[in-house]
Amino acid sequence: MANSEEQEPPKAFDEMLEPDGTVRMAYAQYGEWLEGVSKDTLIRKDQQADMMFRRLGITFTVYGDTETTERMIPFDIIPRIIDPNEWDFLARGTVQRVEALNAFLDDVYHDQAILKAGRIPPELVLNNDAYRPEMLDLDLPRRIYGHIAGVDVVRTGAREFYVLEDNVRTPSGVSYMLENRQTMMRLFPELFATNQVAPIGRYPTELRNNLKSVAPVGVDDPTIVLLTPGRFNSAYFEHAFLATEMGVRLVEGQDLFVDDGLVYMRTTAGPRRVDVIYRRIDDDFIDPLAFRPDSMLGVPGLLSVVRRGRVTLANAIGSGVADDKAMYVYVPEMIRFYLGEEPILQNVPTYSLRNPDDCKYVLENLESLVVKEVHGSGGYGMLVGPKSTKKEREEYALRLKADPEAFIAQPTLSLSTCPTWVNEGVAPRHVDLRPFVLSGRRTTVMPGGLTRVALKEGSLVVNSSQGGGTKDTWVLE
Amino acid sequence: MIGNSTTMLSRTADSLYWLGRYVERAENGARLLDGTHHLNLLPLNMDEQRELWRKLFQSDDEVESFLKKHNEFNDKSVIEYLTIDPDNRSSILSCIEAARDNTRAARAELTTEISQCMNQSLIDMRAVTMQSINDTGISEFLDFIKERTHLFKGVIYGTMRRGEPFLFWELGTALERAENTSRLIMTRAETFHRVHRRDDGFDFYRWGTFLRSANAYSAYRQIYGDIDPVSVAEMLILNTNIPRSLLACIEDTKDILKTLRREAPCAEMSERLAAEIRAVRLDQILRSGLGNFLNDFRKQVHALSDQIRIDFMMVR
Repeated sequence: MANSEEQEPPKAFDEMLEPDGTVRMAYAQYGEWLEGVSKDTLIRKDQQADMMFRRLGITFTVYGDTETTERMIPFDIIPRIIDPNEWDFLARGTVQRVEALNAFLDDVYHDQAILKAGRIPPELVLNNDAYRPEMLDLDLPRRIYGHIAGVDVVRTGAREFYVLEDNVRTPSGVSYMLENRQTMMRLFPELFATNQVAPIGRYPTELRNNLKSVAPVGVDDPTIVLLTPGRFNSAYFEHAFLATEMGVRLVEGQDLFVDDGLVYMRTTAGPRRVDVIYRRIDDDFIDPLAFRPDSMLGVPGLLSVVRRGRVTLANAIGSGVADDKAMYVYVPEMIRFYLGEEPILQNVPTYSLRNPDDCKYVLENLESLVVKEVHGSGGYGMLVGPKSTKKEREEYALRLKADPEAFIAQPTLSLSTCPTWVNEGVAPRHVDLRPFVLSGRRTTVMPGGLTRVALKEGSLVVNSSQGGGTKDTWVLE
Repeated sequence: MIGNSTTMLSRTADSLYWLGRYVERAENGARLLDGTHHLNLLPLNMDEQRELWRKLFQSDDEVESFLKKHNEFNDKSVIEYLTIDPDNRSSILSCIEAARDNTRAARAELTTEISQCMNQSLIDMRAVTMQSINDTGISEFLDFIKERTHLFKGVIYGTMRRGEPFLFWELGTALERAENTSRLIMTRAETFHRVHRRDDGFDFYRWGTFLRSANAYSAYRQIYGDIDPVSVAEMLILNTNIPRSLLACIEDTKDILKTLRREAPCAEMSERLAAEIRAVRLDQILRSGLGNFLNDFRKQVHALSDQIRIDFMMVR
């Protein structure tokens, strides 16, 4: 198929094509195939994919003003392909980052050496809402806090990757990574015969082994459960999917209770002890006795069992202090401090509006910057300068002046584009990448990840809540 | 054998139990409607027709909720209310929505095929309108519901691991079936003892339709031959070879409960109930009133399902 060359600003790096139009190495095989395939075939495969996802019931919940609806995240049938060298670089970089984040969390809940050394302003950590003094001086199995991490990476050039943010609370999206692959293998089996795509199917097994490896002391054959907020949660499909794939029980808060210093689940044969909880409920809601008392989702008394070391939570309570947007700036510093290494992946230059000079600069250059709420997520409440109207910028500026500490700003990155199936045919769209990093006996990353794509032409916002879709991500061997 | 390692969550057991109940309820809803639809094809006057459709509602509450939305009982209003009305919690659509909800809740115990089959059914069901029912005809639509529920059960039988989760699904199915059969018999309760006139084609058609609603017409013809209301009652209450008979459903329930936990109070209760029904003398209940017998039966089934909750669901 012919690739459209119209109107795409020349500055965005294209994952498939060199500036002169030749196909890059990762896409060599695929490009040839795409050249030969008919538009009718792609239309049919696209419809087939849509039907497959509907039947699987992979939906997420959109919370509207008047009604709540179930929607599907659009799936794009053209894969994002990464060559072995690029992947090696990304893998080393993301693992390095997560190792540093785990070391940081262990430190801030023990000796606080990095704060004493003056490398991070103590108040940024200790006054942070996500910092949980309840976790102080608690020795976690293998000193791991973020057993599951998602590192959001964007690309701007052949060797230029930036980390946009780290996710070590309850990162989601891995079910899409796995289901997207299943779908692609069903739709295009011939492509997997010609491309050496690294398999990712062992993720659930690896996660389960890791969770087993962090069981409380003295428990050899731990009972592992996955704790979900319930079937009305937007990520419920993923929770059920992972529980099935791992072969563990999918529990809700009401299924668990604390008695005599241990956690139990209610079974048809009476109470049964639980040792490791992979929880997909935020800290705030996990224990109404310790945190938000109005939470109906959590387990009263859970924290007390954690403190006695009789149950392991993954990720640990208090992990959120490491992925806070205010802490992001210091991750390269953590890597140097704990690992004695230089960061492999770069941070995006970031302006903290708590700093008066930065604040002044940001207010003067709003039209070229992306401004985010420090505690926001999911692409809600951010300002994309170049895409904003004058009125939006003026309104946003008022919010910035009122509470500068709540915001950070970054230059607008020209995210790489990837060929994507859209109504008119194949066209470039901006993408990011979330590889999933697992920590247990070792820290590893699955060869792949979740590629999110901004389906609207020219858009840089890839979040599913803002009209983004997903792609299968191939790492070539 | 059910070892310790397969012990399941009480909440999931509850979801699977209700999954069984709702799918069965949807199917029986379709059967009941189909029967009434066929009777409605007989030459009846307006009052008789109205009475026929009204019979589908057995409690005052049901009648009241219906009359909040519709002025009178006729084919259009009742069919709409009982099939696709999302506000009616026992409409076929609501049953399938509830079944899907329970499928999601118990997702981790079910195979992908089961979940897909349910999702597809709901997608198709949500697309149904009164217009589309009128276009294809009500029988076509009700056949579609029956086919879907058969398919769903087939997928469960064919793909689900045997063990506790499977048994709780079977349990819900058996108990719901018992209730529905008693409901079906109730629609004709006062006609069973009426003297049957062999040459009355009208009556023959009525009983034939009735038996078809219970999926027991051809079995009846093979076992009993000529249609006679007392034999019909006997078959639907006492014949253990008919999967929808009251006794068959209660025997199934008893067997399932004994497999789950022999010493559970609900298992003993089901054993007593089965023994009671086995000892029933049909001429006696027909004389003392089938309605009384059925009401008592339903009360006992309710008590049994309450006991099941106490024994297995760790009710708080």
